[in-house]
Amino acid sequence: MRNPLRSEDEAFRFLIASVVAALVIAGAAYVNTWLGVAAAVLAVAGILWWLKQEPVPGAADVQPKIASETPPGVHRVLVVANETVGGAALLSTLEQLAQAKTELLVIAPALASPVRHWTSDVDGARADAERRLEASVARLEASGLEVRGEIGDEDPLVAIEDALRTFGADAIVISTHPEGRSNWLKQNVVDRARERFALPVTHVVVDIAAEPNQPV
Amino acid sequence: MAAAHAEHIEHHGPPVPHYSSRVTPGVLGMFLFIASEIMLFGSFFTAYFFVRVVNGTPWPTPPYHLPVYVAFINTCILVTSSFSMHWGLQSIKRGNVWGLRAGLLLTFLMGLSFLITQAIEYSRIGFNTSNGAFATIFFCLTGLHGVHVFVGLSILGFMTIRAFRGHFSADEHHGVEIGGIYWHFVDVMWIVVYLTVYIL
Repeated sequence: MRNPLRSEDEAFRFLIASVVAALVIAGAAYVNTWLGVAAAVLAVAGILWWLKQEPVPGAADVQPKIASETPPGVHRVLVVANETVGGAALLSTLEQLAQAKTELLVIAPALASPVRHWTSDVDGARADAERRLEASVARLEASGLEVRGEIGDEDPLVAIEDALRTFGADAIVISTHPEGRSNWLKQNVVDRARERFALPVTHVVVDIAAEPNQPV
Repeated sequence: MAAAHAEHIEHHGPPVPHYSSRVTPGVLGMFLFIASEIMLFGSFFTAYFFVRVVNGTPWPTPPYHLPVYVAFINTCILVTSSFSMHWGLQSIKRGNVWGLRAGLLLTFLMGLSFLITQAIEYSRIGFNTSNGAFATIFFCLTGLHGVHVFVGLSILGFMTIRAFRGHFSADEHHGVEIGGIYWHFVDVMWIVVYLTVYIL
C-alpha cells in the first residue's frame, strides 16, 4: 500500500481526498446521523482502496543485481539453509565446491511463525536455528572445511544480502526441502536469488526424511 | 576487477549501510511517526466511542451546544492553509523564493487564526472539562489537535524565518517538505476530529 504521507505532494493529495470524503460524510449526516456513519465507513474503505491501487514509487523499477567480491586468492561460498542445514546432500555439494583456501559461511535463517515474528518472540526460533547450525558447522569442520555459521534474517534473500555486506562471496548455495514440502520453493526463493544477485546460485535439495540420522 | 579489488582493500570502517526493510531511514521515520500519532489519536477516539456509543451519552449533552458553524469556518481556514503550504513548496521547487516566503507566512497566519479562534471558542462555549464525560472528551480531542497545531505552528515559524534568511532553494528544501507533510497530516486529523465531534 502506498504511504499517503511519503512526500508533501502526496500528503496534499491525501488531504484533498479527505476533504472530498468529509463533504460526502457531512452531506449524509445532514440527512441522518447513521447515514453519515455509513458514509464515513464507505469513505474510509474507499480511501484505503485508492491507496492500495496507487502504484508505490520505485516498486516497479528493476533493481540492479547485487554483486560481491572476495580478496585475491580466496574462494568463498555463502550457504543458506535452515532445517536442511545438516543434510548429507548439502554437505556433499559443499565438499565438491570446496577448493584450496575455501571459506564457508553458513547462514541459518531463524524461522518463526507470523504471530511470533510480529511480536518479536523469535528467541525459540533462533535457538533452534543455532542448534542446527552448530551441528552442521561441526560436521563441515570435521570434513576439513574452513567454516563459520551465523543466524540470519528469516527472509532468506534478506539474509543473503545481509551476509554479502560483510562476507564477499564467489558463490551462493541454497538448500531446501524437496518440492511440495519447501516453503522457500513455494516462495520462489531460488529464482529470486538468481535475479537479485550477480553470483552463481546452486540449489541443493535435501530430503531430511530420507536421512533419519541427521541432526535436525 | 582490479579496480573493484582496490576499492575493497581501501574501504575502511563499518560496511556500507544496508536497509534490510527496503525502506530508507527518512521514510521509515515517517511511518513510525504516523503510527505513533494514529495510536495517540486512536486512544482518544476510543474514549469518545465509549462515552458516546457504549455509554450512550447524549452528544452534545443538553443544555450545551457545539459551535458547529464557527468550527466550520475554522476548518475552512485550516484547509486553506494547506493550499498555501502546497503553493509555497511548489514555488521553491521552481526557484521562486518569494512564493515560498509568502506561502509559509500565509500558512502561519492561518494556523494562528485557527488557534486563536479555537481559544475564543473555548472561552465562550459555556462548559468546561468538569461538566461531564461529553465535555471532557470534547476538550481532550480538540485540545489534543490544538497541541498538534501549536507544534505545527512552531515548525512553520522556524521554516518561515529560515525562508526569509534565504536557507531554501530549488535544490535544497527538505525542511519545508517534512514540515509540509506534518501540516497536511494535522489538517487531515482536524477533518476527522471535526466530523466526529461536531457533525456526526
